[in-house]
Amino acid sequence: MGRFIGKRLFGIIPTLFGLILLIFLLSRIMPGDSVRLALGPEATPEQIVAMEEKLGLNNPIPIQFINYIRGLFTGDMGMSLRTGRNVLLDIKETFPATFELSLISMIISVAVGVPLGILSAIKNNNWADHLIRIFSLSGIALPRFWLAILLQLVFSYWLGVFPVIGRGTIEVANITGLRIIDSLITGNIAGLSDSLLHILLPALSLSMATAAQIMRMTRTNMLDQVNKDYVLAAESYGLPENLVYKRYMLKNAFISVLTTIGMQFGSLIGNAFLVETVFGWPGMAQYAIQGIMYKDYNAITGVTLIIGFFFVIINVIVDLLYGLFDPRIKLES
Amino acid sequence: MAETLFKKNMSKKTRKLLKNKLTILGLFIVILVVFCAIFANIIAPYPNDVTGTVNFSSMNLAPGKENIFGTDEIGRDIFSRVLFGARYSLVMGVMVLIIAIAIGVPLGLIAGYWGGKINGIIMRLTDIFLAIPSIILAMAVAAIMEPSLRNSMIAISFGWWPWFTRLVQAETLKLKNEQFILASQGIGASKWRIAFIEILPNCLSTIIVKASTDIGFVILTGASLGFLGLGAQPPAPEWGTMVAEGRVYLPMMWWQTTFPGLAILVTVLGFNLLGDGLRDYFDVRVD
Repeated sequence: MGRFIGKRLFGIIPTLFGLILLIFLLSRIMPGDSVRLALGPEATPEQIVAMEEKLGLNNPIPIQFINYIRGLFTGDMGMSLRTGRNVLLDIKETFPATFELSLISMIISVAVGVPLGILSAIKNNNWADHLIRIFSLSGIALPRFWLAILLQLVFSYWLGVFPVIGRGTIEVANITGLRIIDSLITGNIAGLSDSLLHILLPALSLSMATAAQIMRMTRTNMLDQVNKDYVLAAESYGLPENLVYKRYMLKNAFISVLTTIGMQFGSLIGNAFLVETVFGWPGMAQYAIQGIMYKDYNAITGVTLIIGFFFVIINVIVDLLYGLFDPRIKLES
Repeated sequence: MAETLFKKNMSKKTRKLLKNKLTILGLFIVILVVFCAIFANIIAPYPNDVTGTVNFSSMNLAPGKENIFGTDEIGRDIFSRVLFGARYSLVMGVMVLIIAIAIGVPLGLIAGYWGGKINGIIMRLTDIFLAIPSIILAMAVAAIMEPSLRNSMIAISFGWWPWFTRLVQAETLKLKNEQFILASQGIGASKWRIAFIEILPNCLSTIIVKASTDIGFVILTGASLGFLGLGAQPPAPEWGTMVAEGRVYLPMMWWQTTFPGLAILVTVLGFNLLGDGLRDYFDVRVD
């Protein structure tokens, strides 16, 4: 097991390196003079040259790249042109909010998607199956930013039952940066309910499409199992249907579902950017969008890289989980 | 004999395709959207409202008889604008897929058929591109260019081609040792000829199904970029851009955001339903 993890982690190094190179090159070919933009129209040519020197922009691109990689090892992602701070520090502040939102959305998606997918497969071609399938088809087609606006309009503006924007108004001690966890640790009940109230609508709008996607994969993979010999054997032994579905079929079907869950994490974080914009959620989206407006290339590179890293790690975790569900996948080999 | 059997089989499958109500619904929606896009200037009640025309007399009207989707803050008819928006979405979906296929398919054929080092390099490259969620990569690429419809299409294609490379590479590997390929090799056909004349046609159904299931997602991604201000710029009636513009006037003028968003939902749903039907028809798995 340890060897497998080591090997798998070692295997992602070329991918990560390629990712850094790709994003880095993209950010350096960015047209428009970002330094001039950051310093304002009053800046003298001397000031601009001095700033470029400070940022190392006067070096040839390969040298800049080596410096960037060197910086990454020491936790330096370059200076943000807008905030004047190390980009990594800015990301550290905004990442937990995005992570919390994505995590809660994923939990909702799995909790809704998997059971409905099973139900749909069991009741194949029944009215319940049709209803669930129509729900899942429209769920996938739903623009999440639009759903976010509709939910905000109805439940926050018109009915006034949920807050319009933000992560919460009650002070919560900052330990992990995840408000729900932090308020649980400190036993802050008011903070917890406040946080849950704030996260519900953003998480719902984000999870609908993901739940639909997971539901579809669960249904397809469960149906693939129905005609397998082992199911027939289990049924002819007279095992209870429920046991066959949950213990036998789901376990086999879940491997493909797991891949979907891993892939969906990526689109979840991408779409979190849109939902954060609607709900004024203080996550990475606001930071990145400001960065885009200022042509803050270090910020854009940093955010993209962090998400790429995160996505790669998630997929490694998914690979490791395969072993738990499918003993045939020998982790050692 | 074989041919008549084939025909019989086809018509049976076609009948099955047409029997599926959801596929028919999808086909109907797609035809409707294409129709709207082509004839927008004829159907639209106020075709001049596509641009930045200002009509002070009809500002902020709720949906009614004259303007079934209402009007916006400078008095433009939302319904007319939504109709024209279909053009942007269709162009987006089709162009991105054309670019993605033009780059991804040849690379997949080469990787799969040549194998060896070339395969390693190309597949590693796809790994790198797929290591970032496509929507994030599209945002990053769009962010470094000037925002426009064309650039947002380039940005989305940038992260979309690897999917086709992977798919075609896998198909090519499967076909590589088929009899007819070995026969072509035997009579001395060149590698390029075998890859592009013999193997490619056999991958077409997979490519078509992949493209038809993807087009909805491309449109959705395009609208998302538009919503973030990274796509077509106002006053262009692009749906995502319209939702973003209308958001400023919430909660009062709800119709400005609701109808363009609904158009996205219906269009994407139509393409997804049709794509599903085609996947069953060709009986290939692409995901």
